[in-house]
Amino acid sequence: MVEERTENLELELLLDAIYKRWGYDFRSYAHASILRRTKQFLMESGCSSISEIIPKVIHDRECFSQLAQRYSIPVTEMFRDPQVYLALRERVIPMLKTWPHFKIWHAGCATGEEVYSLAILLWEAGIYERATIYATDFNDAVLDHAKEGVYEVERMKEATRNYQLAGGRESFANYFHVRYNAAVIDPKLKERIVFSGHNLACEGSFGEMHVVFCRNVLIYFNRDLQNRALNLFTESLVFGGFLCLGTKETLRFSDVHDQYESVDKKLRIFKNTGAACDS
Amino acid sequence: MRFIEGVEWGVYRAVVIGGSAGALDPLKAILSRMKNDFSLIILVVQHLHASDNGSFAEYLDGVVEVHVREPCDKEQLQPGVVYIAPANYHMLVEADYSISLTVDERVNWSRPSIDVLFESAAQIWGDATVAIILSGANHDGTEGMRSIKAAGGLTIVQDPDHADTPEMPRAAIQADIVDMVVSEADIAQILVELHERGQS
Repeated sequence: MVEERTENLELELLLDAIYKRWGYDFRSYAHASILRRTKQFLMESGCSSISEIIPKVIHDRECFSQLAQRYSIPVTEMFRDPQVYLALRERVIPMLKTWPHFKIWHAGCATGEEVYSLAILLWEAGIYERATIYATDFNDAVLDHAKEGVYEVERMKEATRNYQLAGGRESFANYFHVRYNAAVIDPKLKERIVFSGHNLACEGSFGEMHVVFCRNVLIYFNRDLQNRALNLFTESLVFGGFLCLGTKETLRFSDVHDQYESVDKKLRIFKNTGAACDS
Repeated sequence: MRFIEGVEWGVYRAVVIGGSAGALDPLKAILSRMKNDFSLIILVVQHLHASDNGSFAEYLDGVVEVHVREPCDKEQLQPGVVYIAPANYHMLVEADYSISLTVDERVNWSRPSIDVLFESAAQIWGDATVAIILSGANHDGTEGMRSIKAAGGLTIVQDPDHADTPEMPRAAIQADIVDMVVSEADIAQILVELHERGQS
């Protein structure tokens, strides 16, 4: 167990060093998963202990950015958890239709697959023109990827299946064109999306939102940082606005849990009503 | 039972179980022997189809006495509850005995991965961990069991000769990290004794 305790100390020092040198704050990330990712990086780096990474990260920007990439591995897909998109289609979009203009904040959009999924829902509902979607991530590299909207063509098969499970009735091929071996998202879906860098660990709200969409991002944070982010979302949401989390994420441990009621308890879609919530 | 000799009953605090193809029946047999007052933490990774939305845990919960469920992220662990990793999420344990879920890349083509849970349990409970590998078709769990063995924990696999799909327990045996190779009925008996003798 001594080894484990040393490892925890080394990790703490490493995260401190990264914060003080580069300003990126991973200190409030969930410990177990960031330790695992650090150990993976350790194996690839040729270093023999976590503390050996520290001087490299301080002096070598390239080493830092490789490690930061490790800490932000985006695993996402179009229409991930299709039943969530089906619920959005049936229970959230009818509300959005009642607003002349609305703003959606997709926090932690990673490589963008789910932003475009959302755009497709709005497009099919005929309200895309009324939307502004702010898609944010702290990782510039994945944000660039999201902006490009170019994905492996092999992944479109799964995306098509998800789209159909999410209640899609059009031909999914309408939303991208194939160039060489890549699927390029139709530019019409990008028109209302603003991609921007934003770090939930340290930055504030940037406007009033009607929907906050943040799925499988909070699981990487510890409880304090989760609470910070959920407070930020709550400050940003208009009364009656919607919050959509990952299906295993909960408001229960935050101090905003009494601000919401469930739209769909199992799928973690909430409505900001200032009223009590049972999830 | 001969195979139980040498076990220090009082030291164990958590049981981690990994299963894949053919593990449903042994898992059910093991969990059916447990009562609601079971005193050790139990965490399970069973390889599920990606579209399983909690029905596996719900099914088990309906057929055994002890509570079985998928945890939420950051949920605080309690004894007497069996936590099943949700499909598509790795399940890890934090130092405050809460659960962290992640959607990190697959490990051994699996998410959840047994290795990820076992390595995390080794970090948290060290020699107070009991690791169990049941029937399965790949080698997920072996590396994690190695960590638990190295930390001084107790390592048990379902006897490959009695397993529906023997590759997974066999991989651990070949890695030479297994303390006990026993039938599912004996695994259940060991857990019951861990609870009963741990109480005294």
